[in-house]
Amino acid sequence: MALTLEQVRHVATLARLSLTPQEEERYATQLSAVLDAVAELESLDVSQVEPTSHATLASSLLREDVLRPSLPPEAGLANAPAKVGSAFAVPKILE
Amino acid sequence: MPLSDFQTVIGLEVHAQLLTQSKIFCGCSTAFGAEPNHHTCPVCLGMPGVLPVLNQRVVEYAVRTGLALGCTVKSTSVWSRKNYFYPDLPKGYQITQYDQPICEWGELVIDTPSGEKTVRVRRIHLEEDAGKSVHDASASAGQSLVDLNRAGVPLMEIVSEPDLRDADEAVEYLKVLRDVLVYLGVNDGNLEEGSFRCDANVSVMPKGSTTYGQRCELKNLNSFRFLKQAIEYEAARQVDVLESGGKVDQETRLWDVNKGVTRSMRSKEDAHDYRYFPEPDLQPLLVSDTLRDSQRQSLPELPRAKRTRFMGEYGLPAYDARILTAERPLADFFEACAKHVPDAKKLSNWFLGELSRLLKEEGTPLSALRFTPAQLGELLATVEKGTVSANAGKDVLGEMFRTGRQPADIIAEKGLAQVSDVGAVEAVVDDILAKNAGEVEKYKAGKKSVYGFFVGQVMKAMKGKGNPGLVNELLKKKLGE
Amino acid sequence: MSSLTDLSMLELAAKLASREVSSVEATRASLQRIAQVDPKVRAFLRVDEAGALKAAEASDARRQAGSPLSALDGVPLGLKDIFLTEGVETTCGSRILEGFVPPYDATVVRLLKEAGLPLVGKLNMDEFAMGSSNESSAYFPTHNPWDLTRTPGGSSGGSAAAVAAREVFGALGTDTGGSIRQPAAFTNTVGLKPTYGRVSRYGVIAFASSLDQPGPMARTVGDTAALFQLIARHDPLDSTSANVETPDCLTGLEDGVRGLRLGVPREYFADGMDPEVAGTLRASLEELEKLGATLVDVSLPHTKYALATYYLLSSSEASSNLARYDGIRYGLRAKDARGLKELYTQTRGQGFGAEAKRRIMLGTYALSAGYYDAYYLRAQKVRTLIREDFTKVFQQVDAIVSPTSPVPAFKLGAKVDDPLSMYLMDVYTLPCNLAGLPGLSVPCGFTQAGLPIGMQLLGRPFDEARLLRIARAFEREHDFFRRAAPV
Repeated sequence: MALTLEQVRHVATLARLSLTPQEEERYATQLSAVLDAVAELESLDVSQVEPTSHATLASSLLREDVLRPSLPPEAGLANAPAKVGSAFAVPKILE
Repeated sequence: MPLSDFQTVIGLEVHAQLLTQSKIFCGCSTAFGAEPNHHTCPVCLGMPGVLPVLNQRVVEYAVRTGLALGCTVKSTSVWSRKNYFYPDLPKGYQITQYDQPICEWGELVIDTPSGEKTVRVRRIHLEEDAGKSVHDASASAGQSLVDLNRAGVPLMEIVSEPDLRDADEAVEYLKVLRDVLVYLGVNDGNLEEGSFRCDANVSVMPKGSTTYGQRCELKNLNSFRFLKQAIEYEAARQVDVLESGGKVDQETRLWDVNKGVTRSMRSKEDAHDYRYFPEPDLQPLLVSDTLRDSQRQSLPELPRAKRTRFMGEYGLPAYDARILTAERPLADFFEACAKHVPDAKKLSNWFLGELSRLLKEEGTPLSALRFTPAQLGELLATVEKGTVSANAGKDVLGEMFRTGRQPADIIAEKGLAQVSDVGAVEAVVDDILAKNAGEVEKYKAGKKSVYGFFVGQVMKAMKGKGNPGLVNELLKKKLGE
Repeated sequence: MSSLTDLSMLELAAKLASREVSSVEATRASLQRIAQVDPKVRAFLRVDEAGALKAAEASDARRQAGSPLSALDGVPLGLKDIFLTEGVETTCGSRILEGFVPPYDATVVRLLKEAGLPLVGKLNMDEFAMGSSNESSAYFPTHNPWDLTRTPGGSSGGSAAAVAAREVFGALGTDTGGSIRQPAAFTNTVGLKPTYGRVSRYGVIAFASSLDQPGPMARTVGDTAALFQLIARHDPLDSTSANVETPDCLTGLEDGVRGLRLGVPREYFADGMDPEVAGTLRASLEELEKLGATLVDVSLPHTKYALATYYLLSSSEASSNLARYDGIRYGLRAKDARGLKELYTQTRGQGFGAEAKRRIMLGTYALSAGYYDAYYLRAQKVRTLIREDFTKVFQQVDAIVSPTSPVPAFKLGAKVDDPLSMYLMDVYTLPCNLAGLPGLSVPCGFTQAGLPIGMQLLGRPFDEARLLRIARAFEREHDFFRRAAPV
């Protein structure tokens, strides 16, 4: 199936990606091609098949409810592009 | 149609923070009120390469709650990712349970003016909390600050069916649910700190209709009062919309505390598409029969059952029973005291009266009480015997409350004991009657009003310590009644 | 005369044990070799000379004191830049993580440090491991030491090239759809993709969480086995880490293939395979037969659906895994962003390369409202069919043999503008990831032009020891690993 530019823009918005007009064009073409390729899956009848979401079904690992040391804030924020005190700073969030 | 021709329909979504030491997927503390990002690690900061590992206690608490609400506890439930971008959501997705929650289909019984009502609980699921975005002064203009201490704090979401029909029912449901969670020891029931939060789905439909109207989700309801006000405002708003020929849009609305109105939160154009899918980093959650059984065995008696038992076992009125059982420590203390007090109703009066007054005024938690059930029993017996008057008894309780000293010592020290020695009282009575022969004549002639005068005189002579019962008894005898 | 860097890990370990060579000498030799050839190969994103030499000195002190931490104590190693290294920049081949210095070590990195191996640096890779040629690296493409005009494969191309060019004695890579095995095949090296859950993913930057698996890359099967045993440990920090014993892969390594039943899947010998690759594989199969193995013709009927299934599932998971790169807590933040929304879109728009964006777009679309069932859910169901194919076949055979890649190393730039044909490079390797099985690539010859060819072995879950044993039986008949790349 062919992806329209509107669909490409909508997906880019969901994914928070700014795309140039050229990129929009390119992805419309390339993603359409990929979607055509994956369309072959439709030829299989999977109505009776259970989905696989995990490669192994080892039972879930649990941890005891015990405290482990947190990172010193200076380490946790060492890579922050912008901070105020020990908080991360971002452009104002408008409700 | 006027408002009265419409039926309000309400369902509640409650977010309860589970009382664990550490977060749901890492070992950071869940304690409230630390400096920004002081309770964070690579996992809850959403650093590259980190993986979640589930906190066992979170599962135990969810199972316990599910059993208490009569839910089906699923032997297998599934973790999903809810994808959206927000600065307080470090990974760009929230780990939650979506189409396969840990518990389904329970119920909660509440009291309404028209009697008991059963509210269906559709599901209970587990998820991680997000962080906090601060917009206050500490941030310079045009800036918001992000604190991830709360990110990864374990939440249990309890979703009711739309079975509630007015704001009062909603408030009652929320109160009863909170009492249950606090009884279970899984939540602290603190609405102000946000560890017990509630969103309300509200819609209206013409009375008698069976099809629900379009609903709105109300947020920021951090007190029982706001919940009531917000629901009532919103119901009226929706009726106005319909009455003026409009249609209600499904949307999220924020309760504006200052203006006392609900206002639309999100604009339509960024309608959300959360792209849920199974969390590949966590295997499906398996709940063993062993865990289910151990939690069932450890279930405490719940408020409603306790209330019924108090009415039966102690012959208390519903009103007393409800107050006494609202909180587990109070109920436990009452039962401890009841062992030492034959008349449970009298004991209840002391609890509802003097004791609760003292607790409120002194702001002392029950756990910190200085006197023992036995001491309280002794005090009440003394009052019963008439050794001290009821009023004096209150002073004694106050003193016990503050010092924890023996009631007997306090009575002795303060000289609060009443004279109940027949000889002693009789002597005074005879003396008074002899001194007031004239009045006695009038009395015998039918002027009963002077009786009070005799009582007053005797009590005065005894400096108020005469046992009132005995004084009356002897006076009447001597006056030939 | 062969220089220090030509030694295998086990040969070097023996000389370290006998104190004939010191770890500092070996590490210096490694660093010198890097200085000498890496300007041409470009395998390294960053070299940690000081850190490596410090670790080497500590290792020598332990050897001196007769208390080495492991058999490989002192053997210098390289790491794909997908592994978090505390205090050493880790970018995953992406601009969006440029300058990111992790506050913690990946579990496998900790295990290597605890075993005493000096880590000489971080190796180039396709951005976020999305690629089969190392050309999607945001920094520069790595060149194949066997022909500098060609790709070393991907996404662990830097690791493979560094090992093949004798810059390091071994390396760690990761494999989501063939990213260890295909570069190994392109560079005459051995690469093992362990069973899903065998090696911890904690601290390994996620591409597709249900498929990713770290593994060893080395010049010999024995080195690969020794390195594998160091990192195959249950990890309480990874919920998907299997709680199984660390295998002993060295004891039975020389036991040969006599009596083993090897499945040859007809779907893997289909059209589109390079004739030289096909010929070399046929010859290798006959050799295995001569060595006592029984070849069994088997069928994996759903193979042709693996590619589509893989790209839907891996891209969907990736679109979510890469959501955390938002310019708020670490990594790139767009300078000129006006407001929060732009901070997100511009940071991600500028920070991600073409391939990463393409997969994020595909995955976001496959998960979005109205398409989930048609794409993601259907792919998960087909994944089940592909797993069942293998389960059936492994009732008849002990292992599966196939080519690792349908073609030898291709020219740099040949496929960059044609994602689909690039994706086709992985047809033989990615079914194994979908099934969570162990897979290994071992050198099995060269083309006329002297390009390496790899043979792939697939096994039952947690049966890595058997794959290594088969590979070793084959390796023993050749001296491929003695042949050094002409760089």
